[in-house]
Amino acid sequence: MTDTFLLDGEDVPFAPGQSVLQAALAAGRYIPHLCYHPEFKPHGSCKVCTVKVGERTAASCTLPAQPGLEIASDCEEMHELRHTLVQMLFAEGNHFCPSCEKSGNCALQALGSDLGVMTAGFRHFFPDRPVDASHPDILLDFNRCILCELCVRASCEVDGKCVFALSGRGIDKHLVVNAASGKLVDTDIALTDKAMEVCPVGVILRKRVGFAVPIGARRYDQRPISAQALDDAPRPPSGDGRCAACEE
Amino acid sequence: MTEDSRIATLDAIAARHRDDPSRLVQILREIQEALSWIPPDGIDRLAERLHLPRARVEGVAGFYSFLRTDAPCRYRVLFSDNITDRMQGSQALMKSLCERLWVEPGRVSEDGLVRVDTTSCTGLCDQGPGLLVNGRAIPRATSERLDRVAELILQQQPLEQWPPELFAIDDNIRRADILLDNDSRPGDALRAAIARGAGLDAEAAANARSWREANVPAAPGPLATLEEIKRANLRGRGGAGFTTGLKWEACRNAPATPRYVVCNADEGEPGTFKDRVLLTRQADLVFEGMTVCAWAIGARHGLLYLRGEYRHLLEPLNEVLARRRAAGLLGANILGQAGFDFDIEIHLGAGAYVCGEESALIESLEGKRGIPRNRPPYPVTHGYLQKPTTVNNVETFCAAALIAQHGGDWYRAIGTAKSAGTKILSVSGDCARPGIYEYPFGVTVRQVLDDCGAGIGEYDTQAVQISGPSGVCIAADEFDRRIAFEDLATAGAFMVFDASRDMFEVARNFAHFFAHESCGFCTPCRVGTAMLKATMDKIAAGHGTQYDLAEIDKLDRVLHQSAHCGLGHTACNPTLDTLKRFRPTYERRLKSLDFEPAFDLDGALAAARRMTGRDDAGAHLSTEIQN
Repeated sequence: MTDTFLLDGEDVPFAPGQSVLQAALAAGRYIPHLCYHPEFKPHGSCKVCTVKVGERTAASCTLPAQPGLEIASDCEEMHELRHTLVQMLFAEGNHFCPSCEKSGNCALQALGSDLGVMTAGFRHFFPDRPVDASHPDILLDFNRCILCELCVRASCEVDGKCVFALSGRGIDKHLVVNAASGKLVDTDIALTDKAMEVCPVGVILRKRVGFAVPIGARRYDQRPISAQALDDAPRPPSGDGRCAACEE
Repeated sequence: MTEDSRIATLDAIAARHRDDPSRLVQILREIQEALSWIPPDGIDRLAERLHLPRARVEGVAGFYSFLRTDAPCRYRVLFSDNITDRMQGSQALMKSLCERLWVEPGRVSEDGLVRVDTTSCTGLCDQGPGLLVNGRAIPRATSERLDRVAELILQQQPLEQWPPELFAIDDNIRRADILLDNDSRPGDALRAAIARGAGLDAEAAANARSWREANVPAAPGPLATLEEIKRANLRGRGGAGFTTGLKWEACRNAPATPRYVVCNADEGEPGTFKDRVLLTRQADLVFEGMTVCAWAIGARHGLLYLRGEYRHLLEPLNEVLARRRAAGLLGANILGQAGFDFDIEIHLGAGAYVCGEESALIESLEGKRGIPRNRPPYPVTHGYLQKPTTVNNVETFCAAALIAQHGGDWYRAIGTAKSAGTKILSVSGDCARPGIYEYPFGVTVRQVLDDCGAGIGEYDTQAVQISGPSGVCIAADEFDRRIAFEDLATAGAFMVFDASRDMFEVARNFAHFFAHESCGFCTPCRVGTAMLKATMDKIAAGHGTQYDLAEIDKLDRVLHQSAHCGLGHTACNPTLDTLKRFRPTYERRLKSLDFEPAFDLDGALAAARRMTGRDDAGAHLSTEIQN
C-alpha cells in the first residue's frame, strides 16, 4: 500500500523522499510554483508554492511528504499570499512585459496571468543594474532577475561549470558570473548549456533570435502554466513496464 | 603593499587553513584584516587554491558586511547604528567625524585612507555610542574621543599603537546571580559530572547507549549528566527557548558520527550584550558547559562562533582555551577519562545578523553564505558538515555547566515553575545605570526599571523593547509583566525609552535594521523588508497615508505566512507593536488622504523650472483638488 497525504481533501500518494509539491505534480495536482524545477534539488526561495499544513504554512517544494499530512493549497488565503508574492517580484525588478523578448515564454508573467495579477500593487524598485552584452551570443539583463537560482543550480549541477553565483544580500542580492572581469564573455558558458534553458524570466537571452517566434505563438500563449507544469512533472512509470510502441 | 607581498600574505593565510574550502569565511576574514580589503586578484588566487568557482568565493565575500571588495582602505570606521546609539548622539558624532576627515559617509576617501559608515548594533549599548575601527570596538564615543581618533587616522598611526584606553570596554555588571557570581574553579563542573556517573549501577549503564559506541562500553556518566540537564528543565537562552535536555538527547541519539558542539556567540540582536560580558568574565564556564555537552552527547569537536564585532575577545578566549588544554580540561582523555577527547576552536563572524539563526550559523561555519537551511532535517541530526550538532547559546552552556556541578533539582528551584534558573538582561537606553542584570526568571519589568534607575517619575519611561527588534515593545500599562518563557520570553535585550522618545523613529530604525540584515534568500523577506523600510521612510517624510498603514499589515501577513526564517517572521513586529501602542505618533505624520504617491510630481518639475527660470503658478502642478 502506498502512503498518502491529503491535499485539499483528496488523497495524494507519494514515494519515499518526495516533497509535497513533487508528489502533487506527479499525481496531476497543480500547486503554483516558480523556483522549483523538476530536474534540480528544490531549495524553496520564491515561496510561491507555500501551502497550509494544519494551522502552519510551509513551502511545499521542500516539505517532505509524510503520511497523514493535511495540506490546503486551493484556498483563499494561499491564493492571496501567492498573488502578493508574485506582485512583490514584479515590483522588485523591471518587468515591462510588452517590450520584453521573454514575453509569452516567461514563467513569472504566465504565473501572474494565472493568478490574476494585474498590477504590481507595490511601489516599483526600478533597479538600475548594467546589462552584460559582452558575450557574442548571449545577453544578460540583470534587471529582470528574480533570484530563483535556477541558472546557478543548472550550471553547477548539470553543466559542471558554475558560471553563475549569487553575491550581496537582502535587496542588494544579485547574480554574478564566474570571471574576474565580471563579464560573461570571460566565462566558459556555451549555448548548449542547461543554464541557457532554465531562466524563467528574461535575464539570460540568446542574441539574434529576438521575436523570431512572434508573440501570440509562444509557450504560454498556447496553454496556461498550470497545465504545462503538470506535463513536465516526472511521473512514476505507469502500466506494466512494457513499451506499447515496440512491444519489448 | 606590492602585488607580490599581497599574494604572499594571502597564501600564508590560506595555507594556515590547509586550503580548506569549509574555512573560507575565516580565510576571507583574515585577509580582510591583513590587507584591509579582499582584492580581485586575491579572489582569483583563493578560488584556485581552494578549488572553488571564483563566483562562489565572490558570493561569500559579498555576503558579509565586514568583508570589503570595493577598494583598499587603511581605516574603516563603522558607527553602531542601533537606536540606543542614536539616542546617545551617534548621528551627529558621525557627521562631525566625516567633516573632520573630509569624507562622505559610505565612500572610501580618494587617497584610500579612510571610510566612515554605519553598521548594525555592535553590542556596546550600555556604553555607547559604539564604533569599530578596522573591526576593533571603541565604546563611549564623544567629540573629544573622536577628535583623538581623527588625529590618529590622519597621522596614519597603526591601530596597535593607538592608546589602549580608547578600546577599554566596561563590564557594567549591576546585578549578579548564579552565573555572574560563579566562582567555581575550572573543571569543577566536569569533575562533578564524571563523579555523578561513577556511582551508577553497572548493568543499567551497560544497557544504555555508550557515548562512543565504537570502543567504550556504555558509560554511565554522560547519561547521568543528560538526566540532570533534563531534570533542571533548562531552556535555550537564545530566544526560542527549546528544551536543552531534549536537544542534547536527540543529538546523542542521532546515529551518525562525529558529533559536534557549537556555541552560538553571534550575539547580533540589537540591544543585547550579555554574551560579551559572559565571554569576558566567565569564559571558563562557557567552555566548561560546552565540554559537559560533549561529554553528554559524545562529541569530540567544539566550535564557538564569535560575532565579528567581538573580535577583541578572540585572543583572551584563545588564552583561556590554551590554559584549559594545559590543565587537562580539553584535549585527549580529559580529567583522566579514557576516551573523553574534546577540543574547541573559535570561528569569527564577519557582520551578518542572520548567522545568529542556528542553521545559517552552521552554513557560515562551513565557509558559505549565511543562508538559513530548510528544516527538517534539524541540526541535531544534520548539522555541521551534515553531522549531528548541538547548537546552544553562550548563556545556555554556562547554565549547563552549573547544572552539571550542582544538579538539576538545585537549578529548577530557581526561577518560576515553567522557567527554571536565571536570565541575564542587557539593559540600555534611558536609565541611570545601564548594564548587565541577572535575575531569577519571573522578575517584573517594573522591578528591572526600578533597579536600573528608570522608574516612572524619575525618567518617565514610556516603553521597553524586550528582546530586541524581533521581540516585543511594551508600554507602561504592561510593566507588571514578567520576564519568563510563559510571559515575556527574551534573549536578553531590554531597551528603555522615556517619554521624550519618538517611538515611530524607534520602529523605523528597526525596520532599517531588518532590511539591512535580510539575507535575501526568500522573496517575502528580501522584498518585504525593503518595502517596509521604504514605507516607514515615506511616513517619516510626511507622505504617509492610511493606505500605507494597511500595506504594513499586508506585509506582516505575508512575512508571517511565508518567510524562510525568524528574521522575516518578526520583521514587522516593532512597527506593529508601536502602531498598536503609540498610534498617535504615526497618525500625526499621515496625510489626511486615502492615498498619496511617494513620487512628487511637482517636485519633479523643479529642474525644468530652474532651467527656464520660471517659478510662476503656471510652472507648478496644482496638488489641491479644485472644488
